[in-house]
Amino acid sequence: MTVSVKDRVIAIIAEQAVLDPSDVKMDSTLESLGIDSLGLVESIFSIEEAFDISVPFNANEPTQSDFDISSVAAIVRAVEDLVAQKG
Amino acid sequence: MKRVVITGAGTINALAHDVPGTLEAFREGRCGISELDIRDKDRLSIQIGGQVHNWDPEAHFNRQQIVLYDKFTQFTLLAAREAVSQSGLNFDGHLGYETGVVLGTAGGGVNTWDENYRAVYEEGKNRVHPFVVPKLMNNAAASHLSMEFNLKGPSFSVATACASSNHAMGMAFHMIRSGMVQAMLTGGSESMLCFGGIKAWEGLRVMSKDACRPFSLNRNGMVQGEGAAVFVFEEYEHARQRGAEILAEVAGFAMTSDAADIVMPSKQGAARAISGALRDARISGDSVGYINAHGTGTAANDKTECAAVADVFGPHADRLMISSTKSMHGHLIGGTGAVELLACIMALRDGLIAPTIGYEEPDPECALDVVPNTAREAKVDVALSNAFAFGGLNAVLALRRV
Repeated sequence: MTVSVKDRVIAIIAEQAVLDPSDVKMDSTLESLGIDSLGLVESIFSIEEAFDISVPFNANEPTQSDFDISSVAAIVRAVEDLVAQKG
Repeated sequence: MKRVVITGAGTINALAHDVPGTLEAFREGRCGISELDIRDKDRLSIQIGGQVHNWDPEAHFNRQQIVLYDKFTQFTLLAAREAVSQSGLNFDGHLGYETGVVLGTAGGGVNTWDENYRAVYEEGKNRVHPFVVPKLMNNAAASHLSMEFNLKGPSFSVATACASSNHAMGMAFHMIRSGMVQAMLTGGSESMLCFGGIKAWEGLRVMSKDACRPFSLNRNGMVQGEGAAVFVFEEYEHARQRGAEILAEVAGFAMTSDAADIVMPSKQGAARAISGALRDARISGDSVGYINAHGTGTAANDKTECAAVADVFGPHADRLMISSTKSMHGHLIGGTGAVELLACIMALRDGLIAPTIGYEEPDPECALDVVPNTAREAKVDVALSNAFAFGGLNAVLALRRV
């Protein structure tokens, strides 16, 4: 059985936040998990490597990116979209 | 304490291959950032840079020199020839023993690293050229300058990322001021516009894909540049006695460490460096007319830098001018403070303030007079040059009109 996109994204975020995956909720924000801007950039890199996708994200305008980082749920959705686009 | 003056300047950067051409571009507010012309560009997501075009090393160096000179050394030598020629100094006699070289570079011979890693990893070669090490070492440019001009005093290179040149020039200033030497060649150089050099920066996700727009609300990152600038710093009485033309006085210098974060800037660290440079120069904040900003065009730097300036200068922050010429020549990393010092000299000598080009929308967090898009005439007595490096290392120079 393959692990879902959601579980893999949560595992990446949990590792960055040094938390147990069960402590990362879908409505958590990165800020609430203690992930700063450098941690965010590193998480995005891990996501790109894990799913072999390219995430459109510029740290200078994080909110203007097509990649929504406002919550864990938003990130999971954005990664699912990018994985689906990859086909 | 001795006084220190600048009696020669030289440069090569994306705007021009010399000082007059660079100052003309500053006056016109011309952008030197263009489509990159490098190998494997199609594998980069960043396609622009402040690249030096029409560079022909064979026009300046012979074959034996070129095999030993990485591009960052070539740029340094060209800039130094212009600076020494303007100064009129000859180092063949005793002066050579009392003159040294301090240069800033963050990466040294990055093109040489890149080409040779490519050869051994990508092409599977098991042999590299015998001169790889003497070409890529960070002190290569400083050493070749010492050889070209017979400079036998203290010489070394400084690597503090984006503040390298300012730290180098600050050291040169201190060495003359203390009486250790009579003159110094100083400044900095960088040449990392190659596949590996740009790919590394891409990883941090702070690069703009279209333009460097410092202080503008819609800024979206930095743009890398390349090149060098070299200055002749000289003890004031030495310069005066020989009737040298003095471009400006180096009046003060300060450096601080944030001791906080490896990439995020600190308002307090920057403010302490700015106020420290004023104190060192015994200059009151109100006499500062122009600041050449670090102004990288990233969200974080520009607002932090403006807040630091507002803190240090109080109400005078709204009267002084602050611009970032990185909008024109890009961010030369370890060489950037040296090229930017030219804008300070232009402000003091020519009464002309280089603009921040690419400025489109005011940012309430950068609410200073950033000299948007068009150069401006103004009489300036004191100018500062800011450099705030990754790793929280800050270095600010204060220049005075002579």
